[in-house]
Amino acid sequence: MSTVTAIRRPAAGYLETLLTGQSQLPASPLPRINALRAEAVNRVDLLALPTLRDEDWRFTDISRLTKQSFSPALSATHLEAADISHFHIEEASTRLVFVDGLYAPQFSSATSAASNSGVLVSNLSTLLATHATTYATVIEAHLGRYAAFRDNLFATLNTACLHDAAVIVVPRNALLAAPVHLLFIATQKEVVSTPRCLVVAESGSAVTVIEDYVVLYQPRWQEEAHFTNAVTEIALADNARVNHIRIQREGAQAFHIADCAVSVGRSSNYQSVSIAMGAQISRYNLNVLLAEGAECAVDGLALIAANQLADTHTTIDHAQPHGVSRQLHKCIVGGSAHAVFNGKIMVRQGAQRTDSQQSSRNLLLTGKAHVDTKPQLEIFADDVKCTHGATIGQLDSEEVFYLKSRGLSDSVARNLLTYAFGAEIIERIPVASLKQQLEQMVLEQTSSQS
Amino acid sequence: MILQDSKTLLEVRGLCATVNGIEILKGLDFTVKSGEVHAIMGPNGSGKSTFAKVLAGHTAYEVTGGSVLFEGKNLFELAPEERARAGVFLAFQYPIEIPGVANSQFLRLTYNTVQAQRGKEELDPLEFDDFVREKMKLLEMSPDFLDRSVNEGFSGGEKKRNEILQMALLDPRLAILDETDSGLDIDALRVVSQGVNQLANKDNAIVLVTHYQRLLNYIVPDFVHVMDAGRIIKTGGKELALELEERGYDWVAAEHQATSQTRAAEGVA
Repeated sequence: MSTVTAIRRPAAGYLETLLTGQSQLPASPLPRINALRAEAVNRVDLLALPTLRDEDWRFTDISRLTKQSFSPALSATHLEAADISHFHIEEASTRLVFVDGLYAPQFSSATSAASNSGVLVSNLSTLLATHATTYATVIEAHLGRYAAFRDNLFATLNTACLHDAAVIVVPRNALLAAPVHLLFIATQKEVVSTPRCLVVAESGSAVTVIEDYVVLYQPRWQEEAHFTNAVTEIALADNARVNHIRIQREGAQAFHIADCAVSVGRSSNYQSVSIAMGAQISRYNLNVLLAEGAECAVDGLALIAANQLADTHTTIDHAQPHGVSRQLHKCIVGGSAHAVFNGKIMVRQGAQRTDSQQSSRNLLLTGKAHVDTKPQLEIFADDVKCTHGATIGQLDSEEVFYLKSRGLSDSVARNLLTYAFGAEIIERIPVASLKQQLEQMVLEQTSSQS
Repeated sequence: MILQDSKTLLEVRGLCATVNGIEILKGLDFTVKSGEVHAIMGPNGSGKSTFAKVLAGHTAYEVTGGSVLFEGKNLFELAPEERARAGVFLAFQYPIEIPGVANSQFLRLTYNTVQAQRGKEELDPLEFDDFVREKMKLLEMSPDFLDRSVNEGFSGGEKKRNEILQMALLDPRLAILDETDSGLDIDALRVVSQGVNQLANKDNAIVLVTHYQRLLNYIVPDFVHVMDAGRIIKTGGKELALELEERGYDWVAAEHQATSQTRAAEGVA
């Protein structure tokens, strides 16, 4: 006797609900944006929500997401500056704040190209309303060019809603020492937001960008869900350097799906640290395309417990010779949580002298914790140096004993070792106050699991 | 030093222990009084390190018989961390590396944990920094070791110094030094030994587990014990170590066997 389980389909109109109000978006002064929206809307009709039958989603069951319906925020939540001041990062000189996907100018400190640094940090729709002609060229050249949405339903949904977005343009040879903080705050239940970022680092420039997803609970909504569907595009011209820090610390019931596409120009350097701690289901796709002599370091940490699921899919594409990539991805999995890592390193034909190292390391804290890890190397060149590997384990009993033999209790010893496992990634964040804040959060989260 | 009015710190009677079902300790007897320095020597596989780890409470070793009293209390009723707080310290033969945990953080956490358990004052990071730097001078350690991860990338000698530094901080009643001399060059051996000697006093005791007599030139024992096949088969003064250096261990075992046979024969007669 066999049991047949039908694949659950979301209620009719699910995607339409996600796009509520899309048709009422004001037309953009930039024809490209209107065209992208229209193309995306048409595309939505042709795409289905992914299921476990899709190769890219085979470990990540999003049926919990599709059981609930979400629609965009109709109005902005009223917040006081004091409500969000604890999210501030002291090193950051500029900050853009988006509340439920809507730009919040009163909390933001945008800069224009006329500022001292010449760096543009602004909200897309605000910028185009006032300076459409000045920035048309750079935005047309980059927006929607990297994050391919044609076969990616979530990126398509995001693109259909293109309106408010963080835009950073760092002009040629400008070195911005202080990080730019992009803060996305979720405040309303049953709301979908579609954050969008565009970072353009022109040749010889350098910038640090912190993409930060947080939740500000309304008192009675602690257990309620919201849905963040983000897309980020980062373009580095030649000899540029971008430090990209991505923190996902949304609510315990949140859904977070994000796509990030990075194009790294000749001899440029892209450094990324992504941390996933929040959300009941999170998925982060990171695609990095390396030009000749380009370098990247792509590091990640998923720290999850209870029934959380955190999925990270990365592709590092060595399209041209002499590229260097380094990747260390770690997962700390407690409770009955489930972590997924799929890391593909592609070395194209002709990408000679590629130097690539990839490592996936996973720590399971309980018997019910679960990890699926799949490091992948696809090499079509013959003169390359590539290594990859994966480990899955529990805390080392010799390490635990060593700490206990020094008087530490079993739980303190285990917390310290768990913390240390994650700290190796957090240490790589080049912003001291954020590093400290995260170390504290990791310490608290690991302590609460024992 | 052997003292008149010393207290018994450790009393081991007929201790038996197994690892993975294999019996390693087979009825070991051993007594340590305050103020004393003991050396346990013996060939590879005789059970020296097993004995050290059983005393510290390593879970891979199962105690199958005998008793161990520490200051009159049953040691086996205490978890490893409780033994540490009560004053049992094991310097590891192979100290564990813990990447991601700063040595200073680790040292302060262990120090304060043990202090709190003993009803003594804990130190904040600044106070601790001064305190630990003083102790580090004793071991000729650079303060740089505070900022590095615990034992990570330390040389063999640096790891052993870090072990003795922990001993200095935790101020144990009974310190068991498991092959602390292994992997040390002559300078490191001198420094580590000086550190241990300065920590020795009339209220504590030190048990050195070692292969080589060399260490005992620096830390002079009151008693030298020979361990073989899971038991202590001979006990003597410091001169026994020299004899072992010269003649090896086989003769002790042979002598022990002969004595046992004579005793058995007399018993029959």
